[in-house]
Amino acid sequence: MPRAIALVDCNNFYVSCERLFQPRLEGRPVVVLSNNDGCVVSRSPEAKALGVKMAAPWHLMREMAKRHGIIACSSNYALYADISNRVMRLLARFSPHQEVYSIDESFLELSGLPGDHIEYACHIRQTVQRDIGIPVCVGIGPNKTLAKLANHVAKQEISRGGTCDFNRLSASELDDLFATLEASEVWGVGRRTADTLKELGIHSVLDLKHASLHMLRTRCGVTLARTVHELLGRTSLELEDVTRSRQQIICSRSFGRLTASLTELEQAAIAYTTRAVEKLRQQGALADTLHLYLRTDPHRGEAQHEQASMVPLSSASDDTRRFCKAALYALRRIYRHGFSYQKVGVALGGIRPLQAHTVSLFTDDETERRSRMLMKTMDTINQRMGSGTLKLLGEGLEQAWAMRSDNRSPRYTTEWSELQTCRS
Amino acid sequence: MHQSAFHFAARTRLPHQATLLSLMHPNRTLFEKQRALLRKAVPAGFPSPADDHVERRLSLDEHLIQHKESTFFMRVAGHSMRGLGIYDGDLLIVDRALPARDGCVVVAVIDGEFTLKQLCYTAHGRVLRAAHPDYPDVPIAEGTDFAIWGVVQWNVHKV
Repeated sequence: MPRAIALVDCNNFYVSCERLFQPRLEGRPVVVLSNNDGCVVSRSPEAKALGVKMAAPWHLMREMAKRHGIIACSSNYALYADISNRVMRLLARFSPHQEVYSIDESFLELSGLPGDHIEYACHIRQTVQRDIGIPVCVGIGPNKTLAKLANHVAKQEISRGGTCDFNRLSASELDDLFATLEASEVWGVGRRTADTLKELGIHSVLDLKHASLHMLRTRCGVTLARTVHELLGRTSLELEDVTRSRQQIICSRSFGRLTASLTELEQAAIAYTTRAVEKLRQQGALADTLHLYLRTDPHRGEAQHEQASMVPLSSASDDTRRFCKAALYALRRIYRHGFSYQKVGVALGGIRPLQAHTVSLFTDDETERRSRMLMKTMDTINQRMGSGTLKLLGEGLEQAWAMRSDNRSPRYTTEWSELQTCRS
Repeated sequence: MHQSAFHFAARTRLPHQATLLSLMHPNRTLFEKQRALLRKAVPAGFPSPADDHVERRLSLDEHLIQHKESTFFMRVAGHSMRGLGIYDGDLLIVDRALPARDGCVVVAVIDGEFTLKQLCYTAHGRVLRAAHPDYPDVPIAEGTDFAIWGVVQWNVHKV
């Protein structure tokens, strides 16, 4: 028996989340836009059929959207994150071994489970659809790369059940199928690699499978060689069941409009830093450096300014106030008067788990204890009363620069004041 | 139990630690602060006679939510379910994992809109029934754009 790994992937996840609480969107062309309503990040099948491309800039397609009645939603990450957590916890029931791969994808080990894998996959689909209301497709293969490719096939032919098991196909059937798939559909083959492959005469997945490993290794790097290894049915990527704690936490957004004001930039820097450090505490970690990044709008012909700055902290911390001080210091260092800025980004580095932090005799325990209590109180209040209830004044009370999200749906599952209403 | 053990440890170890600290620590004030912290660590006292009987406090989440992943909250708007004690503004606890049986109160979707009704199986097929004399039954005709979104398990009403 070959190994059986399943990849469960939610279909156009963000759109599906919006439809769950707005059933009138069902059957209509819907897209979800990125932060700041910049470009398309999720498309309903109806929108795909109209030729809407992934990452298409929204301002360029307003005309077409009007003509076809395409509905655009601003992204509602509070909702997507909660629904994602529900899906992942539900999926965990179906296998003793799960790797949550992204917000809408999870690998499940099916090897050794009794019964027919396709039937099991159908059962998984139906359960997620019924219990949470999110449509998923399931691909099964002997390793992660093939499971992901099988999922792609399952998605192409949703009418055939939304499942696909490569382990059921004979070697020749599999090769016939691979000949019809483009190499760029393979996990880990990005656009650049795909271009290189084309130059080498490799177009289909079958071409890639039969390519010389040695040549690929020298021309495209060792990662691709590993991928081809998996296409041949061997395993080189194991399931990682422990969610790796992130090495870097980033919070960056474009502004709703350009700004030249240092005060506004400071507010944004503090708001993003606050958010990043909140994430840091959520994952129970400490960080010891702050990176701040500032840039003007590259799509405008005016003079450009772009610069980053790094500030190390004297000791690892998870105190918002310390990071905000560092952020303001960094910002004042790189800010140049007379430019209109479009974006500020904040990243935390040197992340380590809280447990690994050794309390030194030379640090002031009392200050640290009080800082931790204050942060915990802030987090609790913000969780209970809604995020942003309690914030540093430096963020500003009215954030004129804040990002545009003209069409964000209510946070149906994370805010008491925004529940869906049901007519009776 | 736990607290008094710590207190004991702190008291007995203090003299050794104090010597060690004063030898190696250049910062007297910080050292004094740390020592003060050790001293005031925990008040002494008898362990509570109830310690052995501690049980977890009741949780409404546990009581009201059978399936965590598939339970959602909704707000009632309207008066058609008054007869079953569901009023305007009430909070519904809706579980999508439960089967919609005859007599269940359900959140249904008709023509893309949410509606709260009682699902009834009659001789003429399924109907959505209000609990109010002014609202007639809504039969679920063949071909209606209709779906059951979830089954209402509890209604939370503010007294």
